Amino acid sequence: MKALSAKTVLWSLWATAVIGLSVWLSWPLIFEEQQDIFLAGAATHGHHQIELACNACHTSPFGGKEVLQSACIACHGAELKAVSDSHPTKKFTDPRNADRIERLDARYCIACHAEHQLERTRPMGVTLPEDFCFECHEDVGRERPSHAGIGFETCASAGCHNFHDNLALYEDFLLKHSSDPWLLETQRILERPSQREDLAERVEPDAPDSVVADEAPTADWQHSAHAAAGVNCSDCHGSEQQWQPKPLQSVCAGCHERQFEGFTAGKHGMRLAQGLSPMVVDQARIAMKPEAGHRELTCNSCHSAHAYDRQVAAVDSCQSCHDSEHSRNYAQSAHAGLETPVTCATCHMPRQESPDGGFHVQHNQSDNLRPNEKMIRSVCLDCHGLGFAIDALADQALIDRNFTGRPALHVESIDMAVDRAKAAPTLDNSYQ
Amino acid sequence: MKTTLKSRAVMSVPLLCATLLLTGGCGQKEAAGIDPKLYTDSLFAVMNADRANYTKLIIGRLGPKGADAIKPNEHWEDLANGAPLPAQMFRFGAEVVAETTDEFTYSLQSIWPINSQNAPRTEIEKAGLQHIADNPGSNFYGEEQLGGVNYFTAVYPDVAVAAPCADCHNNHKDSPRRDFKLGDVMGGVVIRVPLD
Repeated sequence: MKALSAKTVLWSLWATAVIGLSVWLSWPLIFEEQQDIFLAGAATHGHHQIELACNACHTSPFGGKEVLQSACIACHGAELKAVSDSHPTKKFTDPRNADRIERLDARYCIACHAEHQLERTRPMGVTLPEDFCFECHEDVGRERPSHAGIGFETCASAGCHNFHDNLALYEDFLLKHSSDPWLLETQRILERPSQREDLAERVEPDAPDSVVADEAPTADWQHSAHAAAGVNCSDCHGSEQQWQPKPLQSVCAGCHERQFEGFTAGKHGMRLAQGLSPMVVDQARIAMKPEAGHRELTCNSCHSAHAYDRQVAAVDSCQSCHDSEHSRNYAQSAHAGLETPVTCATCHMPRQESPDGGFHVQHNQSDNLRPNEKMIRSVCLDCHGLGFAIDALADQALIDRNFTGRPALHVESIDMAVDRAKAAPTLDNSYQ
Repeated sequence: MKTTLKSRAVMSVPLLCATLLLTGGCGQKEAAGIDPKLYTDSLFAVMNADRANYTKLIIGRLGPKGADAIKPNEHWEDLANGAPLPAQMFRFGAEVVAETTDEFTYSLQSIWPINSQNAPRTEIEKAGLQHIADNPGSNFYGEEQLGGVNYFTAVYPDVAVAAPCADCHNNHKDSPRRDFKLGDVMGGVVIRVPLD
């Protein structure tokens, strides 16, 4: 038999390697599994749960930055609009800013929030050096002498300004609230009743006989708002022929659309929004209780399957997984000791006005935490003065103590606004 | 002189090119259909009319000097019946246009801006705003290159059409000039059209 030439052997090896590599690379793309081989680097804390859902951001292989920008806006556009974004991209598209764009192309979110670069990612997913405000506001010291000499790295980190949301930090708002006491005379804490209803008439469950009825869930349900509203077993579990022992979240979403929308926009439910399996507690990058590590995050993780007790959901459910210094100190905090307690949900899942005029609980628990000054108007000012709230939220040690004690830091923004107003006491910017 | 077919063909090339040049051929783009000056003048006419009408027919009629049903205020979103100031309304229009088309952009600027970000930045903007301030009633036109793109830039005077316009600027703590009167040029509308 004629021996193969060295050239033939080399060509064969090369062809085999190319085919093998092609199969190895295309298999994950075709079958959408093990796509981690394509990860350019670990994703930020905001996106790491969905980093393997590449299509969530890379919606098209073509289009470059425009494609990514559309993906950013698809998820974050509404919240930017809701807070009257101080630096919308449309401010930078004017050709007069061409020179600025060469230095910092703020037309694209990724100019400041580059993904897959965890090693240089700072709070709020920012990947630029902290003094980036300098690029456009280098002469701020000239028009605001109080700002002369203040480092640009402190603009957004000292509690004074945010790049996007300044609803509670703009100068006239500071002035309006400059005389607020630390605790307002009247505090507005919305009560969260247990939702355990004492119904005058016992509602009979319509579960089919073939389903072995468990007394405890039935009793829980009979005292629930669901029973009071006439939502029976079959409304969630289906008919006898199509009985679902464990209904999916989509069943909850059928009625609680706005709550589900918030849930899937936040860290608890964002995987579901991408068609991934529910998040498990072990995937979190913040301190969690080891014994809760295996738990999945679905509607029933916080709202038990049949009782739907809002008091449980407002504190106990959170505490069953979260294990930060802040959450461990809640029980001893002043907030917890109030007659109507300020709960985890009071601050992190505030009630919001719905477009239809009613109210709903914001189920995206990160919504007012990016950054935490977003809590000022949505929560803190219900009970506290603006100055106290700004100082408290800038004091990490106080946050860790779950607000037991008083702020050790003082943010001077209100003082600066007052001093400036004193210098021009007769001036007013309202239209007469 | 007798010419061959080949030489006639060679000689005819420049003639053909000249003809095509005059008619828009020979690799040259067809000239734009509208003169940039006419284009920006027309845009400004619409902008100016809408702005004046909002100031007089909405703010003037429903604001503090009229029915007092709305509160025109810089922070109008924080008021239940707040309404954007005329200058803000104008800027919101510019922002929507910026999201809608890149065929033109416009902005409201001044050499006495309440917000320093609205001061002129490019050389044409500086020259144009100074020109309309020094020559009330006249416009300014020029061309400039920004970010590698050539633009036709027009600057039109922005006049205080109602007393509150001047009052607001005179009383605002961030205003660098406080002696405006009704009819004064307080700033300029800069309209920019890409030429490339």
